Amino acid sequence: MNQLFSAVMTIGIGVGGCLTYFFLSNMVLDRIYPAKGANISFNINRANAIRPWLFMLPAIILLAIYLVYPLFWSIYLSFMDAGGENFVGVSNYSWMVGDEKFQESMRNNVLWLIVVPAFSTMFGLIAAAVTDRIKWGNLAKAMIFMPMAISFVGASVIWKFVYDFRPEGTAQIGLLNAIYERFGGVPQTWLTSEIVNSFLLMIVLIWIQTGFAMVILSGALRGIPEETVEAAILDGASPLQIFFKIKVPQIWGTIIVVWTTITITVLKVFDIVLTMTNGQWGTQVLGNYMFDWLVRGQDSGRASAIAIVIMLLVLPIMIWNIRNARKEMR
Amino acid sequence: MDNIVGGKSSLTWAVNLAAAFLVLLWTIPTFGLLVSSFREKDQIISSGWWESIFPQEQAIQVRGAAPDTAVQEGGKYVITGQAFAEGQAGAVSAFGITSREPAATVAGETAQTPEGYSITVNADGTYRLESATPFEGTRGERFFVTTTQPPSFTTQNYSNVLSGEGLARGFFNTMTVSIPATIIPILIAAFAAYALAWMEFPGRALLLACVVGMLVVPLQLALIPLLKLHLWAGIGKSYLGIWLAHSAFGLPLAIYLLRNYMAGLPREIIESARVDGATDFQIFLKIILPLSFPALASFAIFQFLWTWNDLLVALVFLGSTEEQLVMTGQLKELMGSRGGDWELLATSAFISIAVPLAVFFAMQKYLVRGLLSGSVK
Repeated sequence: MNQLFSAVMTIGIGVGGCLTYFFLSNMVLDRIYPAKGANISFNINRANAIRPWLFMLPAIILLAIYLVYPLFWSIYLSFMDAGGENFVGVSNYSWMVGDEKFQESMRNNVLWLIVVPAFSTMFGLIAAAVTDRIKWGNLAKAMIFMPMAISFVGASVIWKFVYDFRPEGTAQIGLLNAIYERFGGVPQTWLTSEIVNSFLLMIVLIWIQTGFAMVILSGALRGIPEETVEAAILDGASPLQIFFKIKVPQIWGTIIVVWTTITITVLKVFDIVLTMTNGQWGTQVLGNYMFDWLVRGQDSGRASAIAIVIMLLVLPIMIWNIRNARKEMR
Repeated sequence: MDNIVGGKSSLTWAVNLAAAFLVLLWTIPTFGLLVSSFREKDQIISSGWWESIFPQEQAIQVRGAAPDTAVQEGGKYVITGQAFAEGQAGAVSAFGITSREPAATVAGETAQTPEGYSITVNADGTYRLESATPFEGTRGERFFVTTTQPPSFTTQNYSNVLSGEGLARGFFNTMTVSIPATIIPILIAAFAAYALAWMEFPGRALLLACVVGMLVVPLQLALIPLLKLHLWAGIGKSYLGIWLAHSAFGLPLAIYLLRNYMAGLPREIIESARVDGATDFQIFLKIILPLSFPALASFAIFQFLWTWNDLLVALVFLGSTEEQLVMTGQLKELMGSRGGDWELLATSAFISIAVPLAVFFAMQKYLVRGLLSGSVK
C-alpha cells in the first residue's frame, strides 16, 4: 500500500511538475518579451523562436540522458575492460570473433531474422485476407491479435506447457508430445534437442507477432481502391489471382514496413530465450548473451561490445526508416 | 466487392474453414494453460488438459463393507453399501471382481465371486453382496468399478497462489511500475509533439529524424551506462529509476505517434485561435490536447502493455530481491526453480496476463488505430 501511495504521489508530482514548468516558463517568456510596447515585433519574433524549445526541453533532456548518452557511453565501454576502468583496445571485439557462444548467437540470430519475420508476415497476410471476408472477422481478428497483450514471459509459460515432456509410457500432458505420440513417435524432450529447439522458440515469437502483422496488413488491404479489383474480376481473374497479382503488389510497401518492424523485435529478442532455455542447448541469441555477460559474467566491456553489435544490425533499418519518414513529411 | 468475389459458396466455405483453423491454432495454447490452471495438481500431471473437458472413464478399486455388517434376509447373508466414497460422484458403467477385468460385468447385473458370493453393482454406485453361508474373514470383499467421472475443476490454485508465494506482492509491484511510467511521459511527449507539429523553428526536421531513429534503438545499449548513472546519482535500483527509464524509453514512440496525429488536425482551427489572440500554451491545452485524445489513448495502451509485460528493464533497474520482483520476474524465477509445478505456473501466468488482456479487449479500437498510424516500433 505504501508503495502504491508513493506511485500515486509520483504521478501527482510528475504531472503537476510538468504543468507547472510549462506554465511558468511560458509566463516568464511573456514577461521578458511582452507582445506590446515599443519593440513589439522584435519581442514577438524572439519569443516565437524560444518557445518551441521550452515546449521540448523536458523531452530533450530525458532523451539525451536515457538514449543518446548511453549510445556513446556504450561505445566507450566496449573498448574497456570488465570493470570499465582500463582501456583494452579492440580486445573485446577480437574475443567476440573467436568466441564459440557468440558465433552460435550470431548464427541463431540470422536464423531468427529469416524465419520469424517471414512466417509472421505470411500468417499475418493470410489471416488478414481471410478475416476480412467472413462475418465473424472481428472476433477472429481479436483472437489472433490477443497474444500481443501477453508478456513474452507469459507466452513462454504457455508454450513450455505445449512442449512439456513426460517419459514414454506415461500420459503426455504437453500437446506437442501427445500429437507426436499419436502419430507413432516416441516422446521427445523438445527444448533440449538442438536445432529443433531454436525453431520451437521462434514459434513463440511468430505466435505473438502475427497479430500485429495481420492488423496492419488488413488496414492496407482495405485501403486498396476497389476499381482495380473490379477491373480484374471483369477480366475474369480468379480470387487467388486477384489476391496475388492485384492486391499484394499494391500493399508491398506495407509488407516491407511490417517485415522490418518485426525484424527489429527479433534483433532484441531476449525474454523468450532467457525463460525457456536460457541459451542452453544451442539456442543462445545476442540479446540474451549480452544480458548473460552483464548479469552473470559481470563484464561491462564484453556486454557493451555485444550491445554495439545489436545496434549495428539495427542501423540499416534505422537509416531506412528515417529516410522514409523524411520523404513522407515533405 | 464482397458480393462479387465472395459469391461462390465453396470459396466462402474454404475461407471460413481457414479462419477457424487459424483461430484455433492461435488460441489453443493459451486455452490449454487456462484449463490447467483450474485443475488439481494430480490431475494436471496424470492426463492431458484436453481430456479434462470431457467426462473421464476411470477404474477404481472398492473395498466392500466388513463381513460383520452383514444382515440376514430370507435365509441369505447380505451386505449392502455405496461404492463411491463420500463426496465422490459419477456413474458406474461396469464392474469386475479382478483387477485384470475391472469391467467384466455391466452395471445392474450380477456376478459370481470365486468364493461363491454373488455381487450386484448398480449405476448409482450402490452394491449388494449375497451369500448362502456367513461371510468369512474380517476384511470386506474387494471389487472394481469402472466409472465415468464428470469434468471437475477447482479454483483452489488461484486462492493458493494469491494467498502465498508473494504473487500478490508482485502484482502491486508491477502496478507501481507501470502506472506512473504510463502517465508521466504522456504530457512531456504531448508538448514536444505540439512543438514539432505546429511551431516553426530551425532544426525541426533534424529533431524529427532523431526521434524516428530513436524508435528502434535497442534497449540493450542503454542498460549498462544507465545502471552506472543511476548508481552514481544515488537513485540506485529503485522505483524512481525505473519510472524514469520507462518514461524515457517510451518517449520516442509517444512523440512520433502524437506528432503524426497533431499534424493531421485541421490548420484552420489553430490559425483562427491564433488570430483571436490565443497563446501557444492556450492553444495546446484547450484545443490540441482534447482533440488528440485518440492518439493519447493509443499511446497510453502501448506504454501500459509494454511496461506491464517488460522483464528486461525491471530485472536491470529494479533488482531481484523478493520485495522488488515484478510479476514477470517472479514468473521467470518460478520457471527456473519450480518448472514442473504446472498448477503454480499456469495460475501465476494467468494472474499476470489478466490485466493486460482486460485492457486489450476493452481498448482494442485505440490499439489498432495507434498501430495503423505509426507502425514503426
